[in-house]
Amino acid sequence: MRDEATFRVKTGLAEMLKGGVIMDVVTPEQAKVAEDAGAAAVMALERVPADIRRDGGVARMSDPEMIAGIQSAVSIPVMAKARIGHFMEARVLEALEVDYVDESEVLTPADERNHIDKWDFKVPFVCGATNLGEALRRIGEGAAMIRSKGEAGTGDIVEAVRHMRQITGEIKRLSILGEDELASAAKDLAAPLSIVREVAEGGRLPVVLFCAGGIATPADAALMMALGAEGVFVGSGIFKSDDPPTRARAIVEATTHWQDAVRVADASRGLGAAMVSLESAKLEDGQLLAQRGW
Amino acid sequence: MSPGRPLVGVLALQGDFAAHRRMLEGVGADTREVRVVADLAGLDGLVIPGGESTTMTLGIEREGLAEPLRELGREGAPILGSCAGLILLDRDHLGLMDMRAERNAFGRQVRSFEADVDVRGLDGGPMRGVFIRAPWIAEHGPEVEIVGEVDGHAVAARQGSMLAVSFHSEIAGDDRLHRMFVGMCERARLAA
Repeated sequence: MRDEATFRVKTGLAEMLKGGVIMDVVTPEQAKVAEDAGAAAVMALERVPADIRRDGGVARMSDPEMIAGIQSAVSIPVMAKARIGHFMEARVLEALEVDYVDESEVLTPADERNHIDKWDFKVPFVCGATNLGEALRRIGEGAAMIRSKGEAGTGDIVEAVRHMRQITGEIKRLSILGEDELASAAKDLAAPLSIVREVAEGGRLPVVLFCAGGIATPADAALMMALGAEGVFVGSGIFKSDDPPTRARAIVEATTHWQDAVRVADASRGLGAAMVSLESAKLEDGQLLAQRGW
Repeated sequence: MSPGRPLVGVLALQGDFAAHRRMLEGVGADTREVRVVADLAGLDGLVIPGGESTTMTLGIEREGLAEPLRELGREGAPILGSCAGLILLDRDHLGLMDMRAERNAFGRQVRSFEADVDVRGLDGGPMRGVFIRAPWIAEHGPEVEIVGEVDGHAVAARQGSMLAVSFHSEIAGDDRLHRMFVGMCERARLAA
């Protein structure tokens, strides 16, 4: 018997990406640089978050022409972003046979109330989360992979740390609750009880958890691995830096060897300047991408 | 580490190495994550997990692991390659098996699937395999024995102490392949 698009098949690709770095790219040439540096996958988009922030306006799904160009340039998985709730962009990306759809707060949301019904798709989805309840709501909608949101396009790691600590801390608290306390916990988390129970029993999310939003250096990547991320997304951090190929290789190396500070130190040498950064705490409410979605 | 259990390394540069470790420990092996050459010392066997074969190939180059891995295989330590691991065992990579793997042969992720595979040598009927952007064995020499097929494509093979599969039984939760492999590691250790 042969079955496609089972939840195991969807989460399976995320399992294969573990310990890896997924890099934002805007051209086939950048995709090739990312692949040659050891990226486990690339995220195809029109503008990296730092540029979306600078330019303003509505940020949408990328041009299919550009996505197809990236797909033919590399053999590693190609992901692409759809706006929150924009199931038609997701249908288009599925038709293009991208390997994962990121229903992303980095793009301008299309629906302020509803996220995409991800069960209805063959292509798997990754979604952002700032806390456990948000992660479990997305999993309830069919997400097969979760990433912390962080604050994309800033080069400031503080929000990613906050979100990762929030998610892992809430998982720890769930795991010490009794069975009779789980329904109330599910109510507080605004998340499905069946998934809350699964997390409480397993002590982990039922899908792979990556970190995103603000990683700019090898030490940032290693920090997030140490805080419980199973891999990292790097957006503007690579191609907005002085020397993208060298920095990309260094972040891959630090993600693999995060437990060995000597290796992280070696990887951090001579990378040139990091991306131009923004301090998240100084951004105004309307500029915070992590607040998009619920 | 306990004296009676074989010590099996899992290449941990990138990929689903944690799932393989859990599986191996469940069937009676001690495990060690392998990231640098020194991690190979004293291993009774090695698993090369699923992941991205290009990422893992670059990691093997960076760490200078290619020759030490070949040496481990030549010394007779059993090696199990799964998905990307199957690719790394082929002629164009580590060259430990006389075969050529076709990458992403079944297609992109929307064509990934799970299926029952009859693996010759495994008791208890077909095993459930999860195929993720999976390769198949396009061509092989006489030393390679094909032990499993899906839709007419070779997806499981043996050559001496090398074992390669296109799919993930560690994701499907069937531990029979790992049990057989740990048995091979135990015999290799006793023979050494």
